[in-house]
Amino acid sequence: METVATPKVKQVNENQCQQCMPLGGVVAFKGIENAMVLVHGSQGCSTYMRLTNVEHYNEPVDIASSALNEKQAIYGGEANLHKALDNVIRVYAPKFIGVLTTCLTETMGEDLKRLVATYRLNRGITAVDIIPVATPSYSGSQTEGFWAATRQLVAYYAQPTERHQGINVIIPHISPADIREIKRIFGLFGLEYTMLPDYSMTLDRPYGGRYQKIPPGGTKTRDIARMSGARATIQFGLTCPDNLSPGLLLEQEHGVPLHNLPLPIGLQNMERLVETLEELSGLSLPDILERERGWLLDGMADSHKFNADGRPIVYGEPEIVYAFSSICMENGATPVVIASGTRSNRLTGLLATLLADADEQPVILEETDFAAIDEAGFMAEANIAIGHSGGKFLTERRGIPVIRVGFPIHDRTGGQRILSAGYTGTLAFLDRFTNALLETKYDSYRELRKEEMGIREGA
Amino acid sequence: MDTSSVTAEGSACISERQNSILTTGKSKSSIHCADDSLAGSVSQRACVFCGARVVLNPVTDAAHLVHGPIGCATCTWDIRGSLSSGSEMYRNSFSTDMKERDVVFGGEKKLATCIDEIVGKYHPPAIFVYSTCVSGMIGDDIIAVCKAASERHATDVIPVESSGFLSGNKVVGYRAAAIALMQLIKPKVGETVEKTRKLNFLGEYNLGGEKWVVERYLREIGIEINVAFTGDSTVAALKQAPGACLNLVQCTGSMHWVAMSLEQEFGTPYLDVNFFGAENTAGSLRKIAQFYGEPEMIRRTEALIEREQARIQPVLQKYRKKLAGKRAAIYVGGAFKAVAIIHQLKELGMEIVLTGTQTGKKEEYDNLSTLLDPGTIIIDDANPAELEKFLLEKNVDVMAGGVKERVLAYKLGIGFVDHNHDRKDGLAGFDGAVRFAREVYVTTCTPVWSQLKATGRRA
Repeated sequence: METVATPKVKQVNENQCQQCMPLGGVVAFKGIENAMVLVHGSQGCSTYMRLTNVEHYNEPVDIASSALNEKQAIYGGEANLHKALDNVIRVYAPKFIGVLTTCLTETMGEDLKRLVATYRLNRGITAVDIIPVATPSYSGSQTEGFWAATRQLVAYYAQPTERHQGINVIIPHISPADIREIKRIFGLFGLEYTMLPDYSMTLDRPYGGRYQKIPPGGTKTRDIARMSGARATIQFGLTCPDNLSPGLLLEQEHGVPLHNLPLPIGLQNMERLVETLEELSGLSLPDILERERGWLLDGMADSHKFNADGRPIVYGEPEIVYAFSSICMENGATPVVIASGTRSNRLTGLLATLLADADEQPVILEETDFAAIDEAGFMAEANIAIGHSGGKFLTERRGIPVIRVGFPIHDRTGGQRILSAGYTGTLAFLDRFTNALLETKYDSYRELRKEEMGIREGA
Repeated sequence: MDTSSVTAEGSACISERQNSILTTGKSKSSIHCADDSLAGSVSQRACVFCGARVVLNPVTDAAHLVHGPIGCATCTWDIRGSLSSGSEMYRNSFSTDMKERDVVFGGEKKLATCIDEIVGKYHPPAIFVYSTCVSGMIGDDIIAVCKAASERHATDVIPVESSGFLSGNKVVGYRAAAIALMQLIKPKVGETVEKTRKLNFLGEYNLGGEKWVVERYLREIGIEINVAFTGDSTVAALKQAPGACLNLVQCTGSMHWVAMSLEQEFGTPYLDVNFFGAENTAGSLRKIAQFYGEPEMIRRTEALIEREQARIQPVLQKYRKKLAGKRAAIYVGGAFKAVAIIHQLKELGMEIVLTGTQTGKKEEYDNLSTLLDPGTIIIDDANPAELEKFLLEKNVDVMAGGVKERVLAYKLGIGFVDHNHDRKDGLAGFDGAVRFAREVYVTTCTPVWSQLKATGRRA
């Protein structure tokens, strides 16, 4: 396989494919009940993270900032952090505050753990849990930020507890629609479970005529505390690094067996989840899911020849990239470029297995940018792309349609409602993919045939 | 802090923010403004770097290189709706993508390499190099690196000192951008720029082609635009800036200092103008014609105004009928925009019940107060909790603002007009006034709101 980590000679990043590390942490923390998030740094970081989230989720996403300026950057941000915590507690009355560091405060060398401990002691705060996580963007992307925050939640809350029949479900950054579909599937198997994090309601509110400072929903912290006694953990985190893996922590510290699975996006990936759920529940596939699988198989048959014309570029966070590469492979649309802005020590190995029988080996780019993705796609004659809104230039400059999945989606509406998980979501995605290829085909085939044969009007 | 007074819902107003909120006709003291954001208050503001980048980014053929970790560049990539009649270089986002080793050992070498790579690949006529929190904090000498690179490549490599922590107030970033622009403009030793009868148009960013609209009016009355700052500008055109006989200043927040500097350096007088709304457009054109004082130009100006007003007033009248008496709120970045919107909403017969800005100055707020009816709320550096409180209390029908306010308004079932810097539709000039009125109408009077109110349940 041709693996080209973005050439080392190239230092400049041209058109970014990844987000910053605290941004991932914000999303994970928004999946906790009664939570507020505080970013320790200069004002701009929190505002940009709000903007990115607001444009994707179409919801108010409040993120507080300790709003450091030059003086605190030099003399330390403790007073600002404490004041920020005071104000967040006063205005939002949260039960939980996730505090994320930024490049600035990490460079300043702020000892966030100590600052938070001092605050709790000085103010005598007992009713609010305050959890700090280090998220310097020079050390990782939003992917690592999401895992780091999620793992920290487990590390903080999960205490030795009695064994119970519940299952832990740990997700990477996926859409609220996907979370709801995964929950429905677990429900159909009659399993009791705790999903972490769960922002399916907090970042996708039904209309209620009000803005709620902290929207209801999210994982209850008392349920996180019980995760240590669960029967098993299912973590959709094949690419999650060991040192950031919440599921691995639960296995190593509390003996909860870990089933580390791919996201249930794509037939084969969904089969792996179903096998695991059948084993854990002792039930066979529920009728409704059997039918949904049948519809997916039927749809795959209907569209396979169209899909064979696809030469996709797949890009985004490693877990998403793996899942959508799988869908492409099982439908005969071998990706020509697979790319992530994140560096993953797992993705390339996983893809090697997935692509073992491919007719043509794709270019694989890690820690890359859209300039490199664009160039590789052009060389490989890509004709369709799968990923977030960052790929818009592929369409603008190369005429390649982008099927929007992942995060962020800021130039289309409904990013929060995009469903790709389960048999139903897989088929919904596949139809979008096939129809994009068909749209190109219907727009161009008459002219192409004429061009090929040199047919001119009147000739 | 006394936590016993904390209600379950939290409270909307933080006592330290009380002086930043006034009611016209009732409050005797002046508003507290132009200060750092309060820690933890979820300000809608951004940072110095953001301020600098939004001002400079529309320079179309320059490369914009952000010296910092990835997030600063990701969050500001192609962030404005500024259009170009030529080069699309400005729509790329370059980052030095600082990693841990750069933070530890310094990023100057990497910065120099990145500049070399950009020059090698694109040969842009200028590169703007933005400092960020991290590069500022570790003390990278971007001035020296830029100077050396300028000499090495015989091109303009301009440092922009925009470390985010310098202030939470974007205005400080506007100044950093202004200093960079002045450095670019200043003729090199031995070079001179001849004075012409053309004018410069400062604080015009060509959002949705707005510069082109004004350019057409000016051409009709017999004046050419020398260069706009910075919408649809090129490096070569900016260097001709000293050749103008007049500077028009539109967005005063970002460009007033540049206008004063140009007056000092090159003796060019300036005029404040405003092309938002039919009355403002007419007034601004008259002001310009009077400056030139040529009878033929004054005649053409009056003819243009008469023709355009006759064309658009019947259309505006239709919207006025639908909108008269509706209650509006405004929350925008700067006071210039707030004033422009107040005038336009009043022209549509609407009542303004709430106005606020992120970065207004005291004298600007004093001016705002004179435009508003008694009982109007004026608010500086608002947060979502405060905005919600007043939107509900004042029974607002429609709000004008930016992306973060949009989702809040929609959650409350309130119309929203996008007046942010990534909008795609021009709102300047006579046709812009019609487009603005139409947008206010469709969002205020959409059939959606009545249905939400009738059938929406509290979620």
